[in-house]
Amino acid sequence: MTALPRRALAALALAPLAARAQDLPWSETLRRARGQTVAWHAWAGDERTNAFIAWVAEQAAARFGITLRHVRLRDTAEAVQRVLAEISAGRRAGGAVDLVWINGPNFLSLKQAGLLRRFAERLPNFALVDTVGKPATVTDFTIPVEGYAAPWRMARLVFIADGRRVPQPPRDMAALLAWSQRNRGRFTHPGVRNFLGATFLKQALYELAPDRTVLSRPAGAAFDATVAPLWAWYDALRPNLWRQGRAFPETGPAMRNLLNDGELDIMLSFNPAEATVSVAAGLLPATVRTFVPAIGSIGNASFVAIPVNASAPDAAEVVADLLLSPEAQARAEDPRHLGAPTVLDLARLAPADRARFAAWPRGPEALPPDALGPALPEPHPSWMTRLTEAWERRVAA
Amino acid sequence: MTRALPALLAFGVVAVPVAAGLLGTLLPAFGVLPAIGADGPSLDPWRRLFAEPGLPRATLLSLATGLGATVLSLLLVALFCAAAHGTRGVARAQALAAPILATPHAALAIGVLFLIAPSGLLLRLVSPWATGLDAPPDVATVNDAWGLALLLGLVVKETPYLLLMTLAALNQIPATRLVAVATSLGQPKPVAWLKVVFPLLYRQIRLPVLAVLAYSVGTVDVALILGPTTPPTLAPLLLRWATSPDLSLLLPASAGALLLLGVALTAIGAWLAAERAVAPLGRAWAASGLGTGAGALRAGATLLPFLLLLACAALVALVLWSVAGPWRFPDALPDRVQADTWTSQAAALATPAANSLSAALLATGLALALAVAALEARARHGAAALPWLLALTPLPLLLPQASFLLGLQTALLTLGLEGGLPAVVLVHLVFVLPYVLLSLSGPYAALDPRLPRVAACLGASPLRVFLAVKLPVLARPLLAVAAVGIAVSIAQYLATLLAGGGRFATLTTEAVTLAAGGDRRVLGVFAVAQAAIPLLAFGAALLLPALLWRDRAALRA
Repeated sequence: MTALPRRALAALALAPLAARAQDLPWSETLRRARGQTVAWHAWAGDERTNAFIAWVAEQAAARFGITLRHVRLRDTAEAVQRVLAEISAGRRAGGAVDLVWINGPNFLSLKQAGLLRRFAERLPNFALVDTVGKPATVTDFTIPVEGYAAPWRMARLVFIADGRRVPQPPRDMAALLAWSQRNRGRFTHPGVRNFLGATFLKQALYELAPDRTVLSRPAGAAFDATVAPLWAWYDALRPNLWRQGRAFPETGPAMRNLLNDGELDIMLSFNPAEATVSVAAGLLPATVRTFVPAIGSIGNASFVAIPVNASAPDAAEVVADLLLSPEAQARAEDPRHLGAPTVLDLARLAPADRARFAAWPRGPEALPPDALGPALPEPHPSWMTRLTEAWERRVAA
Repeated sequence: MTRALPALLAFGVVAVPVAAGLLGTLLPAFGVLPAIGADGPSLDPWRRLFAEPGLPRATLLSLATGLGATVLSLLLVALFCAAAHGTRGVARAQALAAPILATPHAALAIGVLFLIAPSGLLLRLVSPWATGLDAPPDVATVNDAWGLALLLGLVVKETPYLLLMTLAALNQIPATRLVAVATSLGQPKPVAWLKVVFPLLYRQIRLPVLAVLAYSVGTVDVALILGPTTPPTLAPLLLRWATSPDLSLLLPASAGALLLLGVALTAIGAWLAAERAVAPLGRAWAASGLGTGAGALRAGATLLPFLLLLACAALVALVLWSVAGPWRFPDALPDRVQADTWTSQAAALATPAANSLSAALLATGLALALAVAALEARARHGAAALPWLLALTPLPLLLPQASFLLGLQTALLTLGLEGGLPAVVLVHLVFVLPYVLLSLSGPYAALDPRLPRVAACLGASPLRVFLAVKLPVLARPLLAVAAVGIAVSIAQYLATLLAGGGRFATLTTEAVTLAAGGDRRVLGVFAVAQAAIPLLAFGAALLLPALLWRDRAALRA
């Protein structure tokens, strides 16, 4: 796991400062935020998300006088490294990262190092979040979020297949293996350094682990025994993957290109509305259909966090609150824009706001929310870290 | 001292960051990086480095693709120049090569990706009618484990560079007379060229050849776009560690940067050893009077025009994707052509384009000022201006970029300098200034010495001579050199990423990020925008003098 920079711990001294900001009335935060510039570091591999962030920037400027700049990341780890490096170099304020789209091991690494501000509970719109029905909004990969990050979209692992070529999609890992053996080179997953690639392995692990209860605890001595059936399955699967499992697409959107080109028959996505969104954008053929494994699929929430040394923490909070506003959440859930399920509890919204979430025109490509099956919680982040390392050793060697 | 100041400044602007960067790489490689609590010295970084699965393969891939790209590029240029000597083909190839030289590595590599990928334009053109394919084949034509696509990407970019360097060097060699003498002795023309012109020529283009070798061994952007992935070549592997949230990985990354430096120096050493081995063979061949092989040379000479056409097709592919509507395999052309991608990306393009432009203009402006000052001092004061220092400034071009940029990032961070325009401009200068100096010293030396002398005799001060005589005469080369500077700056990927701390987004960093996957139409837009800036700069450098000095046609340096 992440080595804790010694000097990073000194940043804990900033905690009282953050606490004092908590006591400010929200109107004062809004006043301070006006005119500030927020650098939002966010993975930029998906054009729909980039467009959504651009829309949020317009709203932030128009409503709050905030300039929101999207710092486009290839990998969220880049922003985490930036914060750690700044703190190591003694930069306790004026940092490069004001807001970061984060979860999993990246969140854990910053939270453990004490480098995040605690702010989520004081956001006015946080009261609307469905913390009971969607526990992933307050527990990220088994780690209690405790207000160190605010949720902004729900994610669910789904499979998308070209319906012409895969009329009967495989709904468990044994069936997927059998299907791949019959259809060699027509399926793959993103490289496991990518979160979607890692999630695919975790999904398979849920099904194949002898005892899945260990997944909610840190991966300790139980790791090897737990993953042994996974590797046995994967070793059988890998030669049947695209490029004989010797190369992997880098991201989910890269898989989408391959499905659109006809190089693959099945792709993965973390967005249950991906198929609808992509067909509309001309990025997938209209014949695609969404399916999920029979046991359910891994679901999590995407968060935004504010590092302790952010340059514009007030404006960053306002943007985080804007992301939770019914209007932004409705826009995110609208499959014509992003298609990401909301983190809000619709029952807590005013009727006018609830009406924004009217039944979207969902094509036959996507599954309606009630057909997605149970959401499996993310394992402890250490599973992802160790699975990634183990996979790299197997594949790169 | 003041006479030497311009040369010292120019040298320092390049040497100080490189030295600081190398030191910043060396110390962490041996476990010394107090900022993250590593007090070393220790060999643990090396142990961690060598424990990395795939490291031997990554190292070999870097060495092989670097040497391979250099050998192939030089071979293609030599074969072509030998066979095409004295024909109109040379001018045509020159005209094709110029825009490719101006195109940044990343944009060209993305264009090559669009061409040769299994779903690429080349296969679409012949499918399904000739291949019977209605889906792309499951063959790794890009990101292949052997690095062949990376090799092609490098050759496509470096061959035009070596061609133009060669053609420029040929101006200083009495090639036509030499070939005429050799053919009169019974040698077929291509053989004659190789025997008598190439040995003289090679001495002149040795530095560019070695720069190609060092660049190719250490390339990051081309490798990220076209190179193998599991494992990648050495430089992208280091970058992965250097940008990991686990700061302790900076230590093995630094050790790896030193390893990369070793690989590059090994490649250069191997190259120099090969020179020595080949030279006597060449002399024996030249002296033997054997005149066979002309046919094979002429056949080999067709490869270069083919490669140039491939590069131009890559540029066309970029433009096509940027204006494509839905475009599925195996359609050779998009369903429809639309400007939607450009309009929807206009806002996203604005900041990176402004950043690219401001860094390029500032770095080029500073480099021009430093270079002109140093060359002017040399012209006025000769040896007292320490001209040998200027000759040393291109040396960093012989180092793989990552070897000192990784360490420089740590140094800049400690000084609180990284992450903004100043840091990016400073680091771009390290690459822009040597090219500006190299390209400007020729025209400066060729300046007719009678012009300033006459002006001085008429009583003009040295400053007035410089402003009223030298600058106007040098306007044409100055503009051309400015275009070179802009092209070099725009092309920087690793330097921008590391000096900018990942938050100084340029068209180049965005294009490479997008190349990981995602909408090809958006990638096309960013790559076209990235290529457009240097192409426009070169266009302006050609057109402006003609406009400015319509009435003084004879004004040439």
